[in-house]
Amino acid sequence: MSEFRVRTMADMMAAGEQADILFWVGCAGSFDERAQKITKAVAKILHAAGLKFAILGTEEACTGDPAKRAGNEFLFQMLAMQNIATLQAYEVKKMVTACPHCFNTLKNEYPELGGNFEVLHHTTLINQLLKEGKISIEGGAFKGQRITYHDSCYLGRANDIYEAPREIIEKLDAALVEMKRSKANGLCCGAGGAQMFKEAETGKTEVNLERAEDMMESKANVVAAACPFCMTMLRDGVKHNNKEQEIEVKDIAELVASAMDL
Amino acid sequence: MIAQILFVALSGVATYFFAKNLGKIRRNILLGRDIDLSDNKALRWKTMLKVAFGQTKMAARPVPFVLHFIVYAGFILINIEVLEILIDGIFGTHRALSFLGGIYNVAIGFFEILAFGVLVACIFFLSRRYILKIARFQSPELKGFANQDAATILFVEIVLMAALLKMNAADQMLQARGADHYHLAGSFPISSWLIVPIFESLNLSDGMLIFIEKAAWWFHIIGIFIFMNYLPFSKHFHVILAFPNTYYSNLKAKGELNNMASVTQEVKLMLDPTAATPEGYQAPTSFGVKDVTDLTWKNLMDAYSCTECGRCTSSCPQNQTGKLLSPRKIMMDTRDRLEEVGKNIDANGGTFVADNKNLHSYISEAELWACNTCNACVEACPININPMEIIVEMRRYKVMEESAAPASINSMFSNMENNQAPWQFSPMDRANWSQDLNS
Repeated sequence: MSEFRVRTMADMMAAGEQADILFWVGCAGSFDERAQKITKAVAKILHAAGLKFAILGTEEACTGDPAKRAGNEFLFQMLAMQNIATLQAYEVKKMVTACPHCFNTLKNEYPELGGNFEVLHHTTLINQLLKEGKISIEGGAFKGQRITYHDSCYLGRANDIYEAPREIIEKLDAALVEMKRSKANGLCCGAGGAQMFKEAETGKTEVNLERAEDMMESKANVVAAACPFCMTMLRDGVKHNNKEQEIEVKDIAELVASAMDL
Repeated sequence: MIAQILFVALSGVATYFFAKNLGKIRRNILLGRDIDLSDNKALRWKTMLKVAFGQTKMAARPVPFVLHFIVYAGFILINIEVLEILIDGIFGTHRALSFLGGIYNVAIGFFEILAFGVLVACIFFLSRRYILKIARFQSPELKGFANQDAATILFVEIVLMAALLKMNAADQMLQARGADHYHLAGSFPISSWLIVPIFESLNLSDGMLIFIEKAAWWFHIIGIFIFMNYLPFSKHFHVILAFPNTYYSNLKAKGELNNMASVTQEVKLMLDPTAATPEGYQAPTSFGVKDVTDLTWKNLMDAYSCTECGRCTSSCPQNQTGKLLSPRKIMMDTRDRLEEVGKNIDANGGTFVADNKNLHSYISEAELWACNTCNACVEACPININPMEIIVEMRRYKVMEESAAPASINSMFSNMENNQAPWQFSPMDRANWSQDLNS
């Protein structure tokens, strides 16, 4: 059990300290009950790796991603500029986030508005920490399990991150199986582009149900996700098929934290 | 002599009309907004060589990749033979390049094999489309001209290749018989067993063979002229635009949507009304894309480059689950509307006269709002066309000009404005999760 307190940038500044890395939590990670578990897993891993990290806490605002994708560039830029001002005030150089949408926006869309930061997705950072020996996975809690990885569009196609999550899964001593649509050909979970926040248009099925078919076909007992929105969509897909007993949807950070006994 | 004059006149006419229509397409593309893609020339050449010449993105689907590669190689290489046809046509020679000797014979033999390959590949393509009925060729947007266009292209290619082989068959028989004018030249690995036996069984006279040879020669070259002039009206125009279109590929991360600089200035003023406006600053007049002329010239080039293969649509999560959205239709609609705008300009002496239509008359809200911005269409396109960018730009118009977003999207906007999150949570609760790390 981890006993430590997550500090904010404001706490650190008051104590005259500087964080090594900012943990950008994101809205889903902050408010969504299921995603909060991912957030906690990431915090524990960062702590276990001995990284001095901090969050923005109540000073964090949505990156603006869903507004930008939905066509509201005004709202996006207002939020972005507000965030950039906050980040610059704390002299943030490096960030990690568990949300691929935050990751993409912070990394690719903030620079044009004057926000230049080194931004990592948690799967990349965790993979680095494992390689550097800062954290290690013991025990083989996942030995003999079949794990499949669902590519988040905003990590994969959007930013060409396909291998880091897979390398982590391979270190878990589990069998990594691929769904029929994976990597560059991976099927979306149905949440991106602000779809998460609206009803789907009429069609013959929902995107997450289509994806659930791939998940079931892979015969995996764990589906690894790397995005809080994918998490919601994939879990709904599993529930819809009454497969909660057979298929568990877990974020890569949760798998690592549990293998580390955190 | 008359034949030579006729040939020169025909090539002149064909070239004139082709150039004229190319000019029109160029004019239409340049109706788009300017975007600076003059950077990074080395990487751009590399991308073009890899993606267009090397066809690397086609490899994702092996069967059409192989078939298409044969047709592509045929198109590029058999056109070398067209050079000889032009020389023969102008100077009245027969196989003018045959002085090259051994190399010539090998080349002609190789072209025959390619021509046969193209012919067979086109038959496969036709059967995939009309017998196997591959799903991506059955979409509603292909009804009508698009479908007819596809069939025409394949049919013409088959007929042209057949004419080439027939010509060679007659030619080699005349050569063997020592007919006047038909000196020994070339090698004919395909027509010698495929067509010569048929001709032989018909006991054709020299005169008849000469007629067949000449007729096939004229048919082949006139067919090429006609086909060339059909290109600007067809999806087949990709054979030309695939190259510049990949040269001007997006080189940034696919996840990055363009920044609207016009909005940046407005937002800066909003956040700090005392901020100085730059010299000569003009407040933007409109946001997002209403009509094709609000798109960039690259978006418009994308539309003319699209060959309607439907890889985008078949990989679109929304289309696969039966929604109206089809990225291919976005590209086809963009081209159709652009053609319409171009014709309007031509009909009105060089200026566009409002016609109460715009790109939104072609693309419905149900299509625009279904997009997941997942980049599957962008990834799937063998020549780096980006339908997603058009969708987002049109959403921008809907939201920022017409305030016409779905109600749930509007609530998301107001949550983001008031709570800095897309849901209705208090911003003060944002770090509550950190109170208990072990729950």
